[in-house]
Amino acid sequence: MTDSEELTRSEPDAGSSAIAEPVAEGGTAPTAFLEVRDLKVHFPTDDGVVKSVDGLSFKLEKGRTLGIVGESGSGKSVTSLAVMGLHRASRRQRSKVRMSGEIWLDGKELIGADPDDVRRLRGREMAMIFQDPLSALHPFYSVGNQIVEAYRVHHDVDKKTARKRAIEMLDRVGIPQPDKRVDDHPHQFSGGMRQRAMIAMALVNNPELLIADEPTTALDVTVQAQILDLIRDLQKEFGSAVVIITHDLGVVAELADDLLVMYGGRCVERGPAEKVFYAPQHPYTWGLLGSMPRIDRAQTDRLIPVKGTPPSLINVPSGCAFNPRCPYADVPKDNLTRTVRPELREVGNGGTPADEGVAGGGGHFSACHMAAEERERIWTEEIAPKL
Amino acid sequence: MTETTDEKNTAAAPPESAAPAAAPLLKVRGLVRHFPITKGVLKRQVGAVQAVDGIDFDVFPGETLGVVGESGCGKSTMGRLITRLDEPTGGTIEFEGRDITHLSTGGMRPMRRDVQMIFQDPYGSLNPRHTIGGIVGTPFRLQGVEPEGGVKKEVQRLLELVGLSPEHYNRYPHEFSGGQRQRIGIARALALKPKLVVADEPVSALDVSIQAQVVNLMDDLQEELGLTYVIIAHDLSVIRHVSNRIAVMYLGKIVELADRASLYETPMHPYTKALLSAVPVPDPKRRTERDRILLKGDVPSPIEPPSGCRFRTRCWKATEVCSTTEPPLVALRAGHQVACHHPENAPDNAPESPGKESTAA
Amino acid sequence: MFSYIIRRLISAVILLLIVSAVTFGIFFVLPKLAGQTTDQLAQQYIGKAPTPADIAAVKKNLGLDKPVYEQFWDFLKGIFAGVDYKFGPEAARCNFPCFGYSFKTHIEVWPEIQSRLPVTLSLAAGAAVVWVVSGVATGVLSALRPGSLFDRAAMGVALAGVSLPMFFTGALALALFTYQWPIFQRSDYVPLLEDPFGWAQTLVLPWVTLAFLYSALYARLTRAGMLETLNEDFIRTARAKGLRERKVVVRHGLRAALTPIITVFGMDLGLLLGGALITEQVFSLQGVGAFAVQAITANDLPNILGVTLLAAFFIVLCNLVVDVLYAAVDPRVRLS
Repeated sequence: MTDSEELTRSEPDAGSSAIAEPVAEGGTAPTAFLEVRDLKVHFPTDDGVVKSVDGLSFKLEKGRTLGIVGESGSGKSVTSLAVMGLHRASRRQRSKVRMSGEIWLDGKELIGADPDDVRRLRGREMAMIFQDPLSALHPFYSVGNQIVEAYRVHHDVDKKTARKRAIEMLDRVGIPQPDKRVDDHPHQFSGGMRQRAMIAMALVNNPELLIADEPTTALDVTVQAQILDLIRDLQKEFGSAVVIITHDLGVVAELADDLLVMYGGRCVERGPAEKVFYAPQHPYTWGLLGSMPRIDRAQTDRLIPVKGTPPSLINVPSGCAFNPRCPYADVPKDNLTRTVRPELREVGNGGTPADEGVAGGGGHFSACHMAAEERERIWTEEIAPKL
Repeated sequence: MTETTDEKNTAAAPPESAAPAAAPLLKVRGLVRHFPITKGVLKRQVGAVQAVDGIDFDVFPGETLGVVGESGCGKSTMGRLITRLDEPTGGTIEFEGRDITHLSTGGMRPMRRDVQMIFQDPYGSLNPRHTIGGIVGTPFRLQGVEPEGGVKKEVQRLLELVGLSPEHYNRYPHEFSGGQRQRIGIARALALKPKLVVADEPVSALDVSIQAQVVNLMDDLQEELGLTYVIIAHDLSVIRHVSNRIAVMYLGKIVELADRASLYETPMHPYTKALLSAVPVPDPKRRTERDRILLKGDVPSPIEPPSGCRFRTRCWKATEVCSTTEPPLVALRAGHQVACHHPENAPDNAPESPGKESTAA
Repeated sequence: MFSYIIRRLISAVILLLIVSAVTFGIFFVLPKLAGQTTDQLAQQYIGKAPTPADIAAVKKNLGLDKPVYEQFWDFLKGIFAGVDYKFGPEAARCNFPCFGYSFKTHIEVWPEIQSRLPVTLSLAAGAAVVWVVSGVATGVLSALRPGSLFDRAAMGVALAGVSLPMFFTGALALALFTYQWPIFQRSDYVPLLEDPFGWAQTLVLPWVTLAFLYSALYARLTRAGMLETLNEDFIRTARAKGLRERKVVVRHGLRAALTPIITVFGMDLGLLLGGALITEQVFSLQGVGAFAVQAITANDLPNILGVTLLAAFFIVLCNLVVDVLYAAVDPRVRLS
C-alpha cells in the first residue's frame, strides 16, 4: 500500500484483531492476501436448497485485479457478499443461509469468525461498491454524511475532521466543487457522480480489498469509461486488491489481471486474463465469447449463442453443470459429462488438479472432461476462426 | 418557452446514394416531442423537457435502422412516437406515404397491423394472468382477423417460428425464462405480419448467451419475413451487429446518421467518436493501445440544452461558432450525414460567416 | 422549502373553506331541501311555545331569511370578526372565533368547546405518545425476527387490538383496574398545571385503552415497512460500511420506514383531537367528544357545526404539519 494519506489507523473498536488466531478445521495457513477455499453458500427454501455457490476457490494478491465473470445466477454476486460477510450481517440473515469453506483475508479466517469481528473488518479492510448507486445510497442523508459515517465507524475522529476527509475523497474521485457537493443528497447527483461518491465512500478507510459488483452496469458507456478509468487509477495509487464482478467481458478485459468464469455456482475456468481470452479452455467460455457482438470487428456472421438456458440452482444438472447446453457433451466417453463432476485441472502441466485453494496464482485451470489436446484442437480449429 | 418547435421540413436531406431507390417505408421530418413542466398552484408551464427536438430520417423497406445514444437522448421517446404510442408535439411521420402524425387511436388501428413494437422488459410487457396462447393471439382478436386455419393454429405456428414449442400454448409467462419471454414478445409482434417492427432495447435485459439467441432470431425473421426494423439500443456492439444504418442521438437530436461501415470505421461526429472509443473491448492486450476519448462531465439537462450545437459543452473541438449556430444534419459523404461544424474524418464544415474569425484565433 | 410551505398553507386554507361550506350546507341547507321551513329552524332557538313574533324576530336577528350564500358569508365573517347579537337572553357580542349560540342552552359555542379542549388534548396527546412508542418499537422488533415467537405473539396481540372494539377494551380496563383492583381511581379531569400527578392518574387508563387500538395498527404498519426497507440496497451499503446492526436498523432502516407512518399519524392525531368520542364516553371524560355526543343527541346544530369545524381544522392542521415534516425528512419531496 502506497500510503499517500495520513491514515494512521486508530482503533475505535477494541479487539478487532481477535480474528487473527486461525480457525483450526484442519486448514493450512493461507499463502495469499485473499484466499477462498471450497466456499459453499446455500440458501434453504421451501422449494429446496438453492446452491448459489457450491465449492469455489481462488486467490488474490494485493495490487492485483481479479475479474469474476458469469451470467445471472452464476453465483458471482453471492460470492462477493460472502467475502464481505454480508450474508450473515444480521441475525435474520444468518438464519437463512448455510455457509462452509474458508475465506482468508490477510491471515484471518472469516467464515468461522464471530460475525461482529467480521463487521469490524467491513468498510475498513474490505469495502464494496454496488451496481445501482441510486438505490445503494440512502435517499435521506447527504452524500457527505454517508461518507462521514463510513469513516467514523472505524476512526475515532470528530465530525469536522471526518467531513474534511469526505471532501478530500470526493475531490479525489473527481467530483467538482466537492466542498459544496458534499452537502447534496444522492438524488441531486447524476448517475456517474453517484457511483463516484460510492467509490469515495468505499475507499475512505483505505481498504486493502475492494469488491466492485457490476460497478458500471447501470451507467452509460461514456460514464462507464470514466468510472473504469477511475478504478484503475485508484488501484494503482492505493495498491489494494480488487475483485470486479461483471457479466461484461469487455469490462474485465479493461481491468482484470486474472479471470474467473463462473457457471452454476462453480468455477469452470480461471487463469491470467490473457490466457482466458486468447486460449480459453472451457466450452462455456467459448460460448460467452461467441455470444458477444463485438464493437472492434466488422462482423457480418451470425453470433454463436449458447443454446438453452442457465441451470436451476436447486436442481443443478448432475455431472458437469454445463452439460445440457454443451455442444461437446458427448466428446468424453462413458457419458462422463453427465455423471461425474469435472474437477478444476491445470491446462498443460499434465492436468494437475487445482487442489481446492492451494494452487492458484499464475496457473490456467479449467473444469472440463475433454482432454486438453481435444480442447486445444476445438478451440483453434472450430471456435477461434469464427470469433 | 413553449414554442421552440422549429419546423424545418426543408432540411431533410434524404441519404443520397447508399439508400435503395425505393420509397421510404417510414419518413420522419422535424419530429418534436416536448414534455411540459408545470409549476405552482396554477400549473403554469415554465419549461419543457425537449426529449425529441427536431429529427429527420427515413427507414427503407427491408433495412435495419439502429438508433443509439445514452440515457436521456430521446431514443425511446422517438420509438414511441413513430409507433404512435405517443403524440408528437410537432413534425410529421409518414408511413408508406400516409401521414400518421396525428391519427387518433381509432385511425391508427388499421396501422397497428403494419407497425409493431417489441419492448425491453420481457417481464413487464406480458400480462401474467394470460396464457401464452392468449397473449400471442391478442392481436388477431383486436384487429378482428381470422387467420387461415384458426387463431390457435396460427399462434402455434408463430411459437414455433420464434423457437418455442407449440405445446407452450397453455402456459403462463412466469413459467418462462427471460429469453423465452422475449421470444413470446416477438411472436406477438409478428402475429399480424407487420411491415415495420420497432424494438426498444430488445436484448438489454437478457444474459449474454441468451442475448445472442434473440439477436440471431431477429436476424432470421427479418430474412424470412422481409421485415424492416428500427432497433433502439444503448449497446453499440449490438447495434453494430444488427444494423444496416445507424442514427446516433444526443440530447433529442440526431447528430450522425450513416451506414454501418462508415459510422464505425470513420465516425465524423466527435460524440460518435467518443462513444465508440468508450466501449470496452473484450481484448486485454488492446487496453493499453487504444486511445480513449474520455468525455468530461455529464449530459446537460434536456430542459435547457446548450445553444448552438448541443454537444459543444463536452466537445474538445468546440469553437465560438458551435455556441452560436446549430449545425444542420448534412450529408458530407454519400450516405453519411452528420451535424457538426468541425467533423472528424472530413474537412472542416464551419459556416463562413460570423464565427470564422474566432475559430482561427 | 419556503415556497413549499407557503403552497401547502394556501391549499390548507382552501381546504378548510371547502369543508366549512360543505358542513354549513349539510346543516342549514339540506334540512330546507328536505322540507323544513325557516320558521321551524328559528323555532329551535326559542324553545317551547313560540309566538309568531318571536319567530320573526329570531329570523331577522339570525338572518335566517336571507339567501343561503349570504348566510354562509355571515357565518364565515362571524367566525373571524365576531357578531353582535341583539337577541336572546344573553344578547351580547360573540367574539372571535364565533360559531354562534347553542339552540338549547343559549350558551356561546366556542367557550363551551374551549373549556373541554384541554381534556381532549391531554387524552389524544398522551395516547399518541404511548401508541407511537409502543407500536413502532413492537413493529421494529417483530421485523427484526419475523416468524419468531416474539413476532407471532406481538402480531397476535396486534390482531386482537385491531379487532376488539374500544368500548369493550375500555370497559374491561375499568372493570379490572378501577373496580377489581383499584389502582386507578375514577375521578374528574384535573388540569395538568394544577396537579400533574392527578392529571396523569386520571388519564392513564384512557391513554392505554386508546393506545391499544392504535399501537396495534402501528405495530403492523411498522413491521411491514421495516421488512420492506431492510431489503433495500442502501441497507446492504450500510452493513458494508461495518456499522453495527442496531445502527443499521435504526439510522438507516427505521428512518426510511417511518415516513409512511408519519402520514398516518397525522391523520389519526387530527381525527382524535376533534374528539375521542367512545373513549370519552367510556371513561366519562368531559372532552370535546362528549360534547359532540351531547350536541348530536340534542340535535343542537350550532354545537354540532362548531365541533365539526374544529375537527376539520385539526385534521388539516396535522396534515400540514405532516407535509412539512415529510419534506424535512425526505429531501426528495422538496424538489417536486
